[in-house]
This record gives sequence, C-alpha cells and structure tokens, in this order.
Amino acid sequence: MSEHKLTQLKALEAESIHIIREVVAEFRNPVMLYSVGKDSSVLLHLARKAFYPAKIPFPLLHVDTGYKFKEMYEFRDSFCKEIGADLIVRRNEEAIARGMNPKDFGVARCCGALKTQGLLDALEEGGYDAAFGGARRDEERSRAKERVFSMRDEFGQWDPKNQRPELWSIYNGRIHEGESVRVFPISNWTEMDVWLYIREEKIPIVPLYFAKERPMVERKNMLIPYYEDMKDQLLEGEEPKMVMSRFRTLGCSPCTGAVRSDAVNMDEIVIEAAAARRSERETRIIDHGSNSMEDKKKEGYF
Amino acid sequence: MSELNVKMTKEIELLRLVTVGSVDDGKSTLIGRLLVDTKGAFEDQLLAVRKQKGSEHIASAAEIDLAMLTDGLSAEREQGITIDVAYRYFATPKRKFIMADCPGHEQYTRNMVTGASTASAAIILIDARSGVMPQTKRHTHILGLLGIPHLIVAVNKMDLVGFDQAVYEKIRSDMQAYCEKQGVKDLICIPMSALEGDMVAVRGEHLGWYEGKTLLETLETLPTLDNIDSKPFRFPVQLVNRPQTPDLPDYRGFMGTIASGTVKVGDKVVVASTGLASKVSEIVAFDGNLQEAFAPQSITLTLEDEIDISRGDMLVHPSDKPSDTKQLVANVCWIGSEPLSCRKKYLIKHTTSTVKAMVESIDFRRDIHTLDKESADELAMNEIGQITFKLLKPLFYDAYAENRTTGSFIVIDTFTNNTVGAGMIV
Repeated sequence: MSEHKLTQLKALEAESIHIIREVVAEFRNPVMLYSVGKDSSVLLHLARKAFYPAKIPFPLLHVDTGYKFKEMYEFRDSFCKEIGADLIVRRNEEAIARGMNPKDFGVARCCGALKTQGLLDALEEGGYDAAFGGARRDEERSRAKERVFSMRDEFGQWDPKNQRPELWSIYNGRIHEGESVRVFPISNWTEMDVWLYIREEKIPIVPLYFAKERPMVERKNMLIPYYEDMKDQLLEGEEPKMVMSRFRTLGCSPCTGAVRSDAVNMDEIVIEAAAARRSERETRIIDHGSNSMEDKKKEGYF
Repeated sequence: MSELNVKMTKEIELLRLVTVGSVDDGKSTLIGRLLVDTKGAFEDQLLAVRKQKGSEHIASAAEIDLAMLTDGLSAEREQGITIDVAYRYFATPKRKFIMADCPGHEQYTRNMVTGASTASAAIILIDARSGVMPQTKRHTHILGLLGIPHLIVAVNKMDLVGFDQAVYEKIRSDMQAYCEKQGVKDLICIPMSALEGDMVAVRGEHLGWYEGKTLLETLETLPTLDNIDSKPFRFPVQLVNRPQTPDLPDYRGFMGTIASGTVKVGDKVVVASTGLASKVSEIVAFDGNLQEAFAPQSITLTLEDEIDISRGDMLVHPSDKPSDTKQLVANVCWIGSEPLSCRKKYLIKHTTSTVKAMVESIDFRRDIHTLDKESADELAMNEIGQITFKLLKPLFYDAYAENRTTGSFIVIDTFTNNTVGAGMIV
C-alpha cells in the first residue's frame, strides 16, 4: 500500500468531519443530539477532531426519558465535564409527571411521548436549525434511504418521497424559515466500523458495552437487565439471575435487551461483531411493533 | 486479536460502487448473492424478507425477496417499485464496499446520477439472452459523463444460454466498441450466473473458459481513488477556526477537505481568487500535527502570514492554478420537477462557494435514446444537456474530466431551495 492511501476508517472519518464542518458553516444554530450510546460517542469524537484546537462550537442535547441506565447518566456527566462540552438535558416533564411508561401505555406511545415529543419540544425551545444525529444507514431499511442532510418541515416531520438528491460531497443547506435539517454524519458507517473506530481511537464508552456478570431477567428470548426497584414489574415465573452479558446497543432500560457474551475488552467486542449473525436492532423492543421506524421518523423521531 | 481483525483496521480500503440495471437483468439476485456471500446482511434482516417462511436459516440468495430488503420505504413496497437509491454495505477481509443501488428506468436518471456521483466503479448488468440493449447504452453514456473510472459489465444469466462463450464474446465486443466512443477509461466484462453463483464470489464449475477474475476479486483489486493525490493541490476552505481563547488568542486555522493533491509544511500556497500568497506553517490534527497531508483528508492549515481568506476561497500551489470564469459551460443533468428555465436566476454551489447564476444558453440537449444532440429551449427532469451559465462572480475550477471535486456543482432553485441540477464542467 502506497503512503498516500487512506484506510477505510480514515476515509469515513474524513467524510464525516467534512459534513460536520459544512453544517457549522451553513447553519445559524446547530446542536448535536447526544444519546450517550456508542454511535453518539463516535459522533462526538469526530466533532472534537473537526474543530481541534478549538472547542466544539455547538451544544450537545440529551433528550432524556428518565429510563436510561444509571451507568449511562454517570458516564454522560463525567465525560461531558472532562471534555468541557456544553451539555443540555431536556425531558418531556408533562408526560413524565403523568407516569408515562412502556408497560402501561405501550412501547409506541411511551417512545412517542418521551423521545419524539421530547425531542421536538427541545429543538423548538432551542430554536435549532440543524440537529446532528448518529443514525446509520445500515441500521434499518428506511434509514438506508435517508439523506445525510435530511429536511424537516415546520412540524419536524420527514417526507421520504420528497427528499433532495445529494450529489458528490456537495450538501445543500438552504432552508426556509421554520424548517430544519437532521444531519447524519456517520450515515455510511456500519456497526463494525463504529466498533473498529472506537477501538482504534480509544474512545471512552459506557461500561455496559463490556461483558460482566449482571442480574438479568429472561423475557421472550430477550435478556432484560434487572434492578432492585423492578421487583413489582416481574411477570409470573420470572426470576432474576446472574448472566455474563453485555449490550450491543443502549436505549431505555425497560426496552433494551442484553446479549450473552464474554467480550470484556474492545478486541473481543470487535471479534464478536465480526461473527455476529443477527443485527443489533434485534435487541431493541421499539423496532418490533407494528409502528415501523419509517412511521416514527415521519412523525419526527430521531 | 486474530490476524484478520488486525488487517481490518490497518490495511482495508474503501471502494464506492454503483449498480445499474433493472430487476429483469437479475440485479436483485446479484446483490442478494453478494450480501449473502459476504455477510453484508444479518440473518434476522434476511429471515424477515424470505419468500417462504419456514427454516431458520438462509440457504441461498434465491430464497430472499431482495426488493423487500432494499425497498426501505413503505410506498416502494406498496407499489412494488424502487423510488430511491438504496445504499448497501458489505466487506471482505480485503476491502469495505459502499454500494449505491439505482433503479434502471429512464425516469430515474436523477437517482442514477446521484448514486454514481461518488462512485469509483460501476456494475452494469446485462441479461446474456438480450445482449446490449438501448438502456445499456444510455446507462453507459451517463456513467461515462459522470467520469466513473472503472466500468464492470456483468453479463448475467449465463446459465440460460448454456454458459456459451460465443454469447459472452459478442456482448463483450459490442460493449468495447461502444465504450471507446463514450470515453470510458477502463472496461471489464465478466460472464456470470448470479442465481447459481458462478463468477460472483466463487468461480463455480460452468465457466471454465473464462480466465479473468470473479466479480468479487475484481472489486477487491480495483484502484479506490485513482490517484487524486497526484493531481494539483486544491483546498477549498470550509471555515476559519479562531478559538480566541487565552492560550490561542491569535490562532487562525483554515479548515477543509483536500479535493486533490498533497500539501506539506513549508509549501508556498496562494488564494486562487486574490493571488495572496503565504507558506504552510502547520498541518493541524487532533492526534498530532502532520508533515504532509493528501486528498481526501479533512485537515486544518495554519499559514505564516496573516492574509485575507474566508469560506469559499481555494488554496492552491502557485505553480498549478485552476481555471477561472464568469461564463460556465457544463453538462447538466436536470433533477428538478420544474424544467430549467432561461429566465430564472439560480444559485450554483461549487465546492464551498455559492454564486448567483443565470442561464445564458442551452447549447444542446442530448436525446436520451439516440444520444444525438438536439436544440432545446428547456431541460426537463431527467434530461441531460450542455448549458452555459453567466455567473455574478468568477468561479475557480478544473474540468470535470480532470477533477471530479473541483469540476462538479449543484444548481439550487432560489425560490424552493431545492437541488435541481447536477453540473459537470466541460
């Protein structure tokens, strides 16, 4: 290999940094959605690289549902402090006050209120005209069709049939008053790329991604993490037990399953990802309902 | 850490591809074959789109209703048509691939142009029974116009012509003759049967007379970026980095992606538009400063002198400057629903600069079937023609045939803000 060749990870990195800088150049008030997961961690790392030696010129926005794992909150607060990021946390307090939860209201309604409505409210409150997200096209089939600059109307909704063509590396950032864009700088990354990059760049991630003996409940072929305060949520016949396990993706604790795994470090995670026969979204309950990802995205879901 | 995985991070390169052809040519089967054979799709995704429910594993590409996997939008599945480009990702131990899968019909020319704009190689499917069709020629013409360096003709369904070498040779010589006229630089023809798997990922048993590489071997060995690092240095400035912090009070870094060429610390550079000159002081990077950088890296440069540079300017080496013009001549593929109009003002976005433009003339329109030039007073969606634009301020460019980044632009409608045209500078 000649000295002027980029590895595929460095080629993806260069493309993502180009996209992040284009947004800062063309939009008035961008924000980066930060979910504390592995994709967010990669996105944040790319933003730090893009603007070095300056700090990231936009805030991070965590739309919190109150149902994230405690390890995620701890990681979020300590890491953002360490890098000096401007972190904004918003929750749909009205829905939380009404006791919104996936068990009584259903997963679709809970997600709609806490995530979609929470996000739309937070974006409107901040007056952001561009929001970066860590979605990837390989995650799900409707995401495979989404643009890097994805237009949203005044109601934050996506119209998949009427998307702007994107050519070469020229992005059209022109919008009308009230419209906004969601920008996906890691569109072309796969789950494997994300793990390889985290490994190569030594990016800190939430410890839940690494295998450990953890208390789990087995429900419908899924491993649900068990916490002390979940006693009354157990179904008949269910009993928590210690399982060597980790998470391939992180969402809300009642709706994210773990997988059995012995991968305790990044090398082992990469080997496991390379051998994986099932997609990571399989452990996310949200993707399994009748309400598809495309429908949720049309309504404004990230 | 196994050796395989060490290679995955250290050596593997990225190849961007586009596939064109219709479902009738066996495109779904071919893509399904590639995905299954390289594990580019996960088992639960494949199980969800099986033609028949039943067994818990996928035995062959033929079992998968691939359209259900790639037609990601509900409207596409309802109507049984592919509306939009689908991106698929797969990797082998040697290389990672990003594949833009484009619908083949002429009303989707805009999608093909979109998918092909970033590709280094294209796969055109031909049904061995039908040979080179008018559609094949149209696709080849467009791919030639878009400057795709490597064209792979997949002569598919060889099983249906008894794996007859003469059928393949006829298609190969027809394509060779046509490609010579279209400016295609590198043509590779491969006989195959996507259904049986011959010459896709493995050689199979039926095509012993063919001595070339399989499709996957071909994809693994094509050049990925075609020496854009050896072309003249072009650095369109995206942003000026001014931290203005106590430890960096006067720091000014010029951020951008190198469009072509290389740059070293100490190099003399000039601003293309003003001729102001300085020397590269540092190539700044998060993991430690570099002595040299090359296309397509995203970098930050600092200069020895304080000169006026802002977004939209282009830094180049003084010995090899780009052309400049206020009268831009380009091949344009129109992608807007309203036709290109001689009376309207448009915006042209070229690298990081956006300029106002008017249509001075429609030099000709290309008949999409005969490929003859014809006179026209408008250019409708999916049509291609040569347009001369009058610009409010000069643009610094290279011909598209020389440089796909500094030779391309998009046309933006000032009223709707939509992207309505794709331009390739002549």
